[in-house]
Amino acid sequence: MSAVMIDRRVPGRSARRRSPQVGGYLTMVFATVVLDLPLVWLLLASLKTPEELYQVPLQWLPGSPSLDNYAQAAGAIPLGRLLANSIGLTVVGAGLKVALGLACAYALVFLDFPFKKLVFGLVIATLMIPPQITIIPNYTLVASLGWLNTYQGILVPGLASAFGTFLFRQHFLTLPASILEAAELDGAGHWRKLWTFVVPMSTPTLAAVALVSVVTEWNDYLWPFLVVDHADRMTLPVGLTLLQNTDGMSNWGVLLAATVVVTLPILLVFLILQRRLVAGLTAGAVTG
Amino acid sequence: MTTVVTPRPSGLPDAPSARAGTPPAGPPPATRTRSRLGARRRRNALLWALLLAGPNVLLIVVFVYRPLLQSLYLSTLQWNLGSPSARFVGLGNYVEWFSAPTTGRVVTTTLVFTVATVGGAMVLGLGLALLLNRRLRGRGIARTVAFAPYVLSGFAVGILWLFMFDPRYGLVQELLGWVGLESPAWYTARPWPLVMVIVVYLWKNLGYVALIYLAGLQAVPQDLRDAAALDGASSARTLRSIVLPLLTPTTFFLLVTMMLASLQSFDIIKAMTQGGPLGSTTTLMYSIYEESFVGGRAGYASAVATVLFLVLLAVTAVQMRYVQRKVHYA
Repeated sequence: MSAVMIDRRVPGRSARRRSPQVGGYLTMVFATVVLDLPLVWLLLASLKTPEELYQVPLQWLPGSPSLDNYAQAAGAIPLGRLLANSIGLTVVGAGLKVALGLACAYALVFLDFPFKKLVFGLVIATLMIPPQITIIPNYTLVASLGWLNTYQGILVPGLASAFGTFLFRQHFLTLPASILEAAELDGAGHWRKLWTFVVPMSTPTLAAVALVSVVTEWNDYLWPFLVVDHADRMTLPVGLTLLQNTDGMSNWGVLLAATVVVTLPILLVFLILQRRLVAGLTAGAVTG
Repeated sequence: MTTVVTPRPSGLPDAPSARAGTPPAGPPPATRTRSRLGARRRRNALLWALLLAGPNVLLIVVFVYRPLLQSLYLSTLQWNLGSPSARFVGLGNYVEWFSAPTTGRVVTTTLVFTVATVGGAMVLGLGLALLLNRRLRGRGIARTVAFAPYVLSGFAVGILWLFMFDPRYGLVQELLGWVGLESPAWYTARPWPLVMVIVVYLWKNLGYVALIYLAGLQAVPQDLRDAAALDGASSARTLRSIVLPLLTPTTFFLLVTMMLASLQSFDIIKAMTQGGPLGSTTTLMYSIYEESFVGGRAGYASAVATVLFLVLLAVTAVQMRYVQRKVHYA
């Protein structure tokens, strides 16, 4: 700050200062446009007629924006059902993940029990085990349980919470012990301590873990893709695969309309709750 | 990761509750009451621990550790997915993988993909972070736009970019045309499909790298930069001699995280090229999927998965060693 003020008083310097600033703005605008362009292009293309899409030279704006592509996509795959599946699985999955992580972290921080360090190590070490190596055995297990093409088949194998447990634990360790001791003096049991003291004091972490879980559940692809092949059990990204395979790349408008349906909800969540979501997604860097 | 378990007092001593009872005279019975209450308290804590941590631990054991061990076992079998019979082949699957004609190509593709995506994201991400760290108006919007692709479905992003790259109607060929370039055959002619997948991966992950770097940059003390500026150091010199060295921990963290993520990437490749054409975009990860769920050779695929697991483990081990050394210095 002070350096800038000194600069103002030296006339030769301020001119030199301004030009990199202009360059900075130009670069920033350029970068923003380039990074943004694919998403804008996607939205525009989903509103175009086939003639407008397959035109050389390209037509930038749809002549008269229409939702025909969306209607066609909904005719080719059960788009409403997929949306409901995705929302349901995301809400339930993220909710359970938060609950599991919260409860597990509470036990690891506020309770004394044998082999606590071992349990903690076991939970944290899973962060280093890539899901890929577990996929074939998990697929066999889910198949033998008769869980292929079921919601529990999609949901249950991915529920275990290592990331959430880790974040919650980090946060719990910073909570003032005196408050919990006072609660205990008042005769509060663990259940009450958890709900009336720990949870209200953990809202930022709760939001971060919940939002990260929402994003990962919504976007999860490989596992639901393997477990489900009935259209009415699919999540949106898996349904997009079905549409790509049936309509192929011959019908871009329809495929892109479905792509908008997959991406727009999470984009809105991101735009509305940006700060908390980014805090959660980048949390690993702070703790790592 | 610094994971030190700080011991917590498990509440207050038992004295108050012991006093609440009606203790008979003499110390021995009082101690007995106290220890009995202690035992009850421990049992109570154990019950709560089982209730609260139990479900998560159970899920982890059943869906992470069990399959991890089973996968190692499966890698010693000649076994097809869904088949009732299997034959023990020892290290046969590994021998087959190391001598298979396609292995060299898969490893090369994986290396090119990983180096290009990680290196590219680091360089571009640092550049973007340096830009966003300047006091420019509207940088909040730029930050949002840069980070947005990171939260989107990889598969959907793949489809979107497939349209962008369409050689006749795509936006990429149009923009290339503006600068007088002809669009290469992105879908079919090697190495363009791999280039295409790399570009998309970069677009999706750039914002994450930039944001982590931005956090690192904001931790660089401003007076250090001011001092360098007063000494007449150019901004390039300040970057090289002051900012970059201070960012080393961030760089290292990103290097490892991005490598792990890149080695496991699947959905973009699935959406755009399905590993083709002629296997030119088949990475190690993608080949595991193909061998097991397209080819059905689950035993062999488990061996390939173990190879990938060992690579990831090696990357993590390097990180852990580095972090420990850093703690040592601090």
